[in-house]
Amino acid sequence: MLELKNISKTFNKGTINQKTALNHLNLHLNPGDFVTVIGGNGAGKSTMLNAIAGVWPVDEGKITLAGSDITALQEHERALLIGRVFQDPMMGTAPDMQIIENLAMAARRGQKRGLRWGVTKAEKEEYHEKLKILGLGLEDRMTTKVGLLSGGQRQALTLLMATLRSPKLLLLDEHTAALDPATAKKVLDLSDEIVSRDQLTTLMITHNMGDAIAHGNRLIMMNNGQIIFDVCGEEKKKLTKKDLMDKFAEISGVQVENDAMLLS
Amino acid sequence: MASYFASLRVGALLNACPGGIAQGLIWGVMALGVYLTFRMLDFADLSVDGSFATGGAVSIMLILAGWNPWATLLASFAAGVLAGIVTGLLHTKLGIPAILAGILTQISLYSINLNIMGKANQAINVNSVTLDITSNMRVIGRTIAICAVICAVIVAVVYWYLGTEHGSALRATGNNPNMSRAQGINTNAMKVIGLAISNGLVAMSGGMLSQFQGFADVNMGRGAIVVGLAAVIIGEVLCEAIIGKRQNFVWRLSFVVLGGIVYYLVYVFVLWLKFPANDMKLLTAVVVAIFLAVPYLRAQSKNSFLRLKKMNREAEKNA
Repeated sequence: MLELKNISKTFNKGTINQKTALNHLNLHLNPGDFVTVIGGNGAGKSTMLNAIAGVWPVDEGKITLAGSDITALQEHERALLIGRVFQDPMMGTAPDMQIIENLAMAARRGQKRGLRWGVTKAEKEEYHEKLKILGLGLEDRMTTKVGLLSGGQRQALTLLMATLRSPKLLLLDEHTAALDPATAKKVLDLSDEIVSRDQLTTLMITHNMGDAIAHGNRLIMMNNGQIIFDVCGEEKKKLTKKDLMDKFAEISGVQVENDAMLLS
Repeated sequence: MASYFASLRVGALLNACPGGIAQGLIWGVMALGVYLTFRMLDFADLSVDGSFATGGAVSIMLILAGWNPWATLLASFAAGVLAGIVTGLLHTKLGIPAILAGILTQISLYSINLNIMGKANQAINVNSVTLDITSNMRVIGRTIAICAVICAVIVAVVYWYLGTEHGSALRATGNNPNMSRAQGINTNAMKVIGLAISNGLVAMSGGMLSQFQGFADVNMGRGAIVVGLAAVIIGEVLCEAIIGKRQNFVWRLSFVVLGGIVYYLVYVFVLWLKFPANDMKLLTAVVVAIFLAVPYLRAQSKNSFLRLKKMNREAEKNA
């Protein structure tokens, strides 16, 4: 489904702040793969997701998604294929627009936006049903401005927007990191539910090792812009936090005292 | 002092009001354009000072060439669209900051406007051309009615546009560009289109004003952005006060036009008080600065370190 081939990206080239964020990275995702991504700060997790989303062009390599080469496509041109939820709850929605307007915008991802009315009547009913699934009561506040929602509500809405028109790939960039534990769990469960319901191919970055183990069918660990550990299926299910820490120490050569060091 | 008050005549003020209303409506069209960029796209576009005069120059020169005055307004609109596209491309394709892109267009339009007119000022013979928008006091009522209809039509069209898929994408671009791109919106293209429509309206307003006053001047757009902002902000304050929570886009757009009228009535009133005409721009700038500052200062007074310091000091005193 997704193929990253020899992807490299260096920021601030030629300056004292030069940082190789992705170093000849290779990754292959099968359709329906739900991959959790872990790694320390600066490991290249977010950079990898941004490279796939097309926030900027990569330095070299090739990105193929759903059979087509998207390496040279701009961010908005790839949006048809990709749904995204960001770490910052402010980032995924337009605060001054209504809930229903935000959804309508997401529904037209990758389509031509013409001079038809922005929200049709049939859509209103569709969104009402979909918002109900979130279980946050948002279906009764569809004309509320998104800026008035809490961070958790916004993330849930962004998740719904990202998955509204089943994307070929769902990118979750630490999307529960800014939420309190109870809300984070709710949003995470919701993500699980939607991903398995729609059989979405998903990449999810998390700083919580427990979550990384509990969710998805595959886990990758990154360090210095490369994937240093890749495990799936039964083997992944048996993983423990200690396994991951040992693995990190073994491969990176750095002994970690606790998971905070690896994951914060 | 007494002689000053004795010199003010209420009749003169009443006579000046209709002209003020007509001009307010004309500037209301301009303010709608400013509203699109300033509020919807979050883009402070300074090219309007240039494109306003361009609209005036195009209209007057085409009338002199024998065009129908109404048709010249469409040409003014088109000229403004081009100016807006230039600003948009300077910003999105060449990476020039928004304010600077606007200033570059504005300053280049100064030369272009001189070229269009051949000199700094061009007048039409109002007796040889039949104008529907004119400051002629005998038909000022009709001019006001025509300008009001134009404003109503533009408010309706802009309202409709902002409700469409395309207009929603424009609003989202100004509101959250990151989210917009993630939802497949070409934010650069939206900015260029928004600037084009905005400058089109501004130039059309310039064309209307030049017909109203019977001439175009290369300096007629100087400070136009401030007048436009004044109308937008006065409109917003009034809308908040009068409509309150029931605001929707129709109200907001209508109040932008109303803001233009209120601005010009205040202008007429201040002139009537014999305030020096040369100082009017200074006064306008002060008014806009105050209106822009009020929301900020109000928030500050509710939540500031200074207030906290005072509060704690008093609590200590009482303890």
